[in-house]
Amino acid sequence: MEYIIIIISAIFVNNIVLAQFLGICPFLGVSTKTETAIGMGASVLFVMTLATIVTYLVQVYVLFPLNLAFLQTISFILIIAALVQMLEIILKKVSPPLYQALGIYLPLITTNCAVLGVAILVIKKDLNLMESVVFTVATALGFALALVIFSGIREQLALADVPKGMKGIPIALVTAGILALAFMGFAGLV
Amino acid sequence: MNQVNNFTKGFFKENPILVLLLGTCPTLAVTSSAINGLGMGLATTFVLFMSNIFISVVKDFVPDKVRIPAFVVVIASFVTVVDLLMQAYTPALSNQLGIFIPLIVVNCIVLGRAEAFAAKNNIFSSFIDGLGMGLGFTMALVVIGSIREILGAGSIFGYKFIAESADGILVFILAPGAFITLGFLIAILKKMNKSS
Repeated sequence: MEYIIIIISAIFVNNIVLAQFLGICPFLGVSTKTETAIGMGASVLFVMTLATIVTYLVQVYVLFPLNLAFLQTISFILIIAALVQMLEIILKKVSPPLYQALGIYLPLITTNCAVLGVAILVIKKDLNLMESVVFTVATALGFALALVIFSGIREQLALADVPKGMKGIPIALVTAGILALAFMGFAGLV
Repeated sequence: MNQVNNFTKGFFKENPILVLLLGTCPTLAVTSSAINGLGMGLATTFVLFMSNIFISVVKDFVPDKVRIPAFVVVIASFVTVVDLLMQAYTPALSNQLGIFIPLIVVNCIVLGRAEAFAAKNNIFSSFIDGLGMGLGFTMALVVIGSIREILGAGSIFGYKFIAESADGILVFILAPGAFITLGFLIAILKKMNKSS
């Protein structure tokens, strides 16, 4: 039951993009086509889950016992960067089709603040390992959901007659605002 | 003259948020009031010019291949310094900004300036560039924060100018207001740049 609450709250109520403002860059950058949005969503799910497990273990078994909690920011960002690089190399060797599908998104993910953000949030919220994994997967699904919905809207938007000054990013931001308004409707859910 | 240009380009011509669209995450998240925007802007400014100075000092010793990881470590160190200082001296603000202080590390503006400017220029120009960019970022944050606070809460820097019992347009302090305000602001700036 607890897990269900974590999942619903991470996907809908506290949606990482629309309510917490993490990962806005990819949200605006790769949301012009639904196909790329799905690719990006899948890559983020993959990297975020792996990264959170590793950073969680490092925090609990290395940084806390050694009293080095102030090194959190530095160590987490290095772990994430190294992980993404390693993943790229491994995927290239082991599964070329998967690399083909996710490859171009991987370098972009290092600078995605959502990945580092979730790794830090999990520590701040004092979750245990199992809860952290559930929370991370749900958060990534929320990211993918927002991205796919938004890309669908933007495909339509490209055909619409928008005032000249509003074309491109401004109208995309206003649309995202309306989408965020819709997601606020979930607020009473949990 | 050159240094003056170097300093002022961060405000209008190359404003990181409104023109280059870098660092949108903290921009949207912390601008629910003018004071939060100011705090976040100054924290980022400190990290920006300190890391710019440091990187321009070490740029000749760092091999090209490990440049980016090295820069990230430098930036992360200064972010940790800011984070701990704010926890000690401004605990309330630190609490409000929360997770977005450590996230200055992944703010594209900081790494972007390190890579595009500090890695190629001398110490003094890098310092000026970092300061200008940081203050430009701060200015944009304060403007967005003020607009949202005025519309959403009827106050500015915490000083309420409408009746005590009255409410503002609440949606502007909430998440959707952030997106909508930034969208219109960019549209206005685009229009102004075109007509001038």
